[in-house]
Parts: sequence; structure tokens; C-alpha cells
Amino acid sequence: MTAVSEQQRMAYIAGQAADARVNVELQTEEMTLNLGPQHPATHGTLRIIARLDGEQVINAEVVCGYMHRGYEKLTEVRTFPQVTTLINRIDWLSSFANEVPFILAAEQLMEVEAPPRAQYIRTIMFELSRIANITLFIGEMGVQLGAITPVFFAFRDREYVLNLIEAATGGRFHPNYDRIGGLKDDLPRGWVSETHEAMKRIRTYCDQLEDLLMGNEIFEARTRGVGVIPADVGLSYGLSGANIRASGVDWDLRRDSTSPLVWKDLDWKVWTHPDGDSFARYWVRLQETREATRMVDQMLDGLPAGPIQAKVPRIIKVPAGEAWAHTENPSGEMGYYVVSQGGLGPVRCKIRSASFNNTSIVPWLLKGVYVPDIITILSSLYFILGDIDR
Amino acid sequence: MSRLSSAEPPAGDATEGTADDERAAAGATDEPAAAAATDEPAAVAATDDTGDATPGPLPDGPPVDDGRLVVLDALTAELGAHLVTTETHRDDIWVRVTAKGWKRAAEVCRSLGFDYFCFLSGLDWMPSVSVMRGEVTSEVAEGETDEAEAVEQAEAAYPAAAGAEPDSAETGSAGTQPDGETGTWKTGHAGGDTRFQVFARLYSIERHIGLTLKADLDDDAPAVETWSQVYPGADWHERETWEMFGFDFIGHPHLVHLYLPGEFEGFPLRKDFPLLAREVKPWPGLVDVEPMPGTEEDATPEQVSEQG
Repeated sequence: MTAVSEQQRMAYIAGQAADARVNVELQTEEMTLNLGPQHPATHGTLRIIARLDGEQVINAEVVCGYMHRGYEKLTEVRTFPQVTTLINRIDWLSSFANEVPFILAAEQLMEVEAPPRAQYIRTIMFELSRIANITLFIGEMGVQLGAITPVFFAFRDREYVLNLIEAATGGRFHPNYDRIGGLKDDLPRGWVSETHEAMKRIRTYCDQLEDLLMGNEIFEARTRGVGVIPADVGLSYGLSGANIRASGVDWDLRRDSTSPLVWKDLDWKVWTHPDGDSFARYWVRLQETREATRMVDQMLDGLPAGPIQAKVPRIIKVPAGEAWAHTENPSGEMGYYVVSQGGLGPVRCKIRSASFNNTSIVPWLLKGVYVPDIITILSSLYFILGDIDR
Repeated sequence: MSRLSSAEPPAGDATEGTADDERAAAGATDEPAAAAATDEPAAVAATDDTGDATPGPLPDGPPVDDGRLVVLDALTAELGAHLVTTETHRDDIWVRVTAKGWKRAAEVCRSLGFDYFCFLSGLDWMPSVSVMRGEVTSEVAEGETDEAEAVEQAEAAYPAAAGAEPDSAETGSAGTQPDGETGTWKTGHAGGDTRFQVFARLYSIERHIGLTLKADLDDDAPAVETWSQVYPGADWHERETWEMFGFDFIGHPHLVHLYLPGEFEGFPLRKDFPLLAREVKPWPGLVDVEPMPGTEEDATPEQVSEQG
């Protein structure tokens, strides 16, 4: 302990003082960093203009609209059944989940309800969309932090789920499967056992990913404590889904809203994490994927027989009125505010997409973070550009 | 897309004068119409309840206690004259406030525990020129003479429409009939007196109550105070509403284009903004709504009951 001589100590203090002086004197010039519009972490074309002081972000501005397709206007010139084709493309990684709330809103206005079997299949498809979507996230977040392996696993195992969706609906990415009062088709023969198999694979995948990333020093160092969102701030920005559950808010629309879908019949758990950082968001999504596979297994076991389509007129006219329907989509709360005036199509359809609100917190969240953390934060928020620029 | 200056279609002017009285009448009959809708035995219809009645328990929903009434009482007390109408429907509340009370309403809601900001957007109640609003287009009707007949059959097979007559909708205004192209200016929950309305949805995580706020805006210069100081999430939504509807949000810190390029002219989501592609060529998908030849009588789709 006493080996440090007085001279050495003085030299050390002088060095520290010099450093401090340099830091004060060297006013570094601010720099503007342009991220995107094309960047792997943005899942589409999103541009972020960050003003930097050294390595720290002073201010970040998000520029979106590169992919805005004007769906709210286009729905006004489509008939109700035709709208599902459009809204499939909002969150393209979980297309079926986009169709459901719109159909529910139309059913609410028409006062029809799909038969139990259709509701079960809807819920199964909904959860499969969630698995297909989040599977990709779990792998991709790894690759954005420098771990290459998970993304290959993700694309391999997501394919099993996409194959199932394709087998039942005919569309791998854009099923267009939900109908007012029911579904397009029943499940094909052998689908149930195939799905059980695939769910096992997905669970294995989740275990592998947990082995690979959780506890990995680099992964933990880069995600723990990065991009912390306090619950009240998150809610006031309208964050939903896993992003808000990772901040300790125990809120899941599958449990907490009136929905004709069958989540209430199942035995499952809403996962939350108290930390609110990037790691928590990753962790919650990983658990939710596993939970979803269990839900699918339960639903397949309890699948009722019966018709898959309620009686509706061939030419669908929706009575005048307003309806709001929302569901817990993979990225968060997705809702449609549908106004009908008794015609063939909606007069106004406000699309409330989850990623829009989830991304609106980015300018707040990026203040004061370091440049490498931008990527961590963006990928942990997990937005789909089609869901922002709908 | 286009840089068209939005030309006012004749439909807008024609209905301007007459629509006012009719709208006032529609607003007044809100309550009885909602009550009339409950004669449907289906479970969905049972969830409807009228404005001031005690909300009954919803079938398999989260328990609806008097939470909504507590909220309504508090809102009435706090907002006073700024509160125009309220309506409860399913597990949600619709509240219409004056444009002046818009920001105050947000502050009150925030203090009442509505911590989650869902969305904010606009509504344009101008009767739209869209073919989707009322009857099918004349071209389709001409091409297919038994169109009206097919629609009638379809409606006969459809229990809700057949049973509930024109008032099956909450608004209670006439014109839900297929021939209801009467020019009635129909508005939604909690009514409305002007062409433009701003509306937003909030949610209380604790109470599990959704609240939709609406405010009537001036036809010529629609403007309200910004919410972005109360709910920071409103920032982007207001920017979107500003560029899509042309509503001004007074006090917004950064009211610039969000989606559209900076030089864009016009407000795309207003009803008088033409969708150019459809002006040039009618929507080809309309053929989908023509009846299929030969199978007029069975209006139900085939019912599959295959065990998976």
C-alpha cells in the first residue's frame, strides 16, 4: 500500500488535473450523425438525425414517412371485406394479427359473432403470427449487438411457423384469412399434429437463445441499464405491449379487454419485468414467445368442432355507427376506430398502430445516450416500419 | 401524389344548409335510439347500454363496476360548461367537450388516472363522394339490374338488420336503409355539430376504462390547444392530424410534416381531397360486390365443419 511514493502520487494528481483542463478547454464541435433511412436496425426505412457531442447524443429527430401508403384514405374506397388485404401490410411480420381487430370492429357494428371454432382458429393464428414475429426479434436483436448465430436460428425456426400459416391460409406472409363472421377456410388435415411439433421446435429455439444470449457478458453489458423507460413516461407516450410490460406495467389486452377471441379460456401468464431497460424488453418477449407456444398447444387440444362461418349476407353492408376494437398485437396495442354510415365500406378508419407510439418515444429516449446504444435501443423497442408509416 | 388545391365538390355546399337542423335532431334522439338497439337477443347487443343507466355486468368481460360513473361524475364536476354530451357503450366512455375545453379535459383525465395515451386523430363528417358510403355506383347498378334485389335478399337473411329496422345504429339518425341517401349528416357516439371533430382515446390501466374524447371544431379554421404538454405521446399524433386534416394545434412545439413531403399541398384525409387514382379510374374491386350468377337464393356461404 505504501509502495506509492509521494512523487508518484503528485504526478498522478497532476495528470488528472491536466485531463480535466483539456476537457474544459477542448470544446468539441457538435456533429450531426445521420442514421438511415436504410439501416438494419430500422426494419424498413426510418431515418434518425442525431446531434452528437463527442459520443453522446444531444438531440435526436426521427424522420418517417418514406413508406407511408395512406391506408386510412385507401380504406375509404374499399368495401369492408377488401380492407383486410390492405391492412395485412401494416405490420408485415404478423399480418394476420392486423386483420383481427378490424374484423372485430366490423362484427361489432353488424352484431354478428363468429362461431366458437372460428374464434379458436383465429386465436391460434393470432398467436402463430406473434411467434413468427417475435422469433425474428429474438434472433435479430442478437445480430445487432454482434452475435451472428441467433439470426440464423431465427430464420430457420420461423420458417416452421410460416409454413403452418401458409398451409392453413394459402399465404405465407399475407394470409388475408379473416372474414366478417368467420374465416376463409377450415384447417387442413394433419395440421394440428404438425403444429404441436412446430411448437416444440420453437420452445427448443427459445431455450437455445436463452443459453446463447442470457448470461452472455457482452449481451448483458450492452443491454442492462440501456434505454430505461419509467412506466409513467412510457404510458404517457402510449407505449404498449412488451415495451410497457418490461417497465413493470401488468397490462395485456388479451387478458384485460372484452374480446370474442378465446384467450380467457386458456391458462397462461402475463410476463412483466421491473427494470424497463433493453434487457427487460428482450427478456419479456422471449418469455412471451414461450407462453404463446403453450397457448397454441392448449387451443389445439381444446379445438371445438362446428362451423367456421356465421351467417352473413353475401353483400356486406355495415350498419351506421362507430366501433373501436383493439387487440394485443406482437408489437403492442393495435386498434381500429371504424366509422360506418351504412354503406359497403368504412367512411373513416383510424388505424392505431403500436409501433407508431412505440417509436414516438425515441427522441426522448435517445437524449444523452452513447452512439452504440442507439442501435440497442432501437432494436429493443422493436418497431416495424409498416406499422409506423401505415 | 397530387398537389391539387382541394376543390369543393358541390355535395358539400348543397347539404350545408339543411344538414344543421337534422343533425341537431339526431343529437337529441341519442338516448332512445341506443335503448331501442337492445331488443336483439344476441350477446353483443346485451352489452349496449344507454347513457345514464347503471352499466350492467358485461358477459365475460372485466368486471364493470361503477367505475365509469365515478369518472363521468368527476368529469362533469371538473369540466362544467365545457362538457357537451357523454355516452357509455361497451366498456368505454365517449365524452364530447367544447374546443375551448379540449386541453383542460386532457388535464382532468390525466388527474383521474387515465395515464395511457392511445391515439389522437380527426374526423371529417362531410358527406363523402365515395361510392362506399351509400348505394353501389351507378355503373355497377346499371350493369347489373338485379343488384338491388340481391341486396334485399342479403338483408333479409341478416337477422340484425332485419330485426332492428333503421335505428340499429347508436346514432339513431335515419339513413341506414339502403336507400338512405338522404344527405343526413350522421355523426357517431356523443354526437357532433360541426364538420370537423378532433378525437382522442385514453385508457386507465388501473380502472380498465377507455375514454374517447371528442371536440367540435370550427369549419373554417379548425384549431385546438395542443396536448403535447399533458401527454407527450400526442406530439406525433398532432403532427399527423395537422398534415392530414389541417387542424391547428395551438402551442405545439414542433408542428411540421411527419409523413408527407414538406411541399405537399392540401389535407389528404379531408373528404374533399380527391383520391386521384380513383378519380381517373373507378375502383376495379367493385365488381366483387356484384352478385354471383345462378346462386341468388342461398345467401349464406358454405359452412365447413371438418374436424381438424
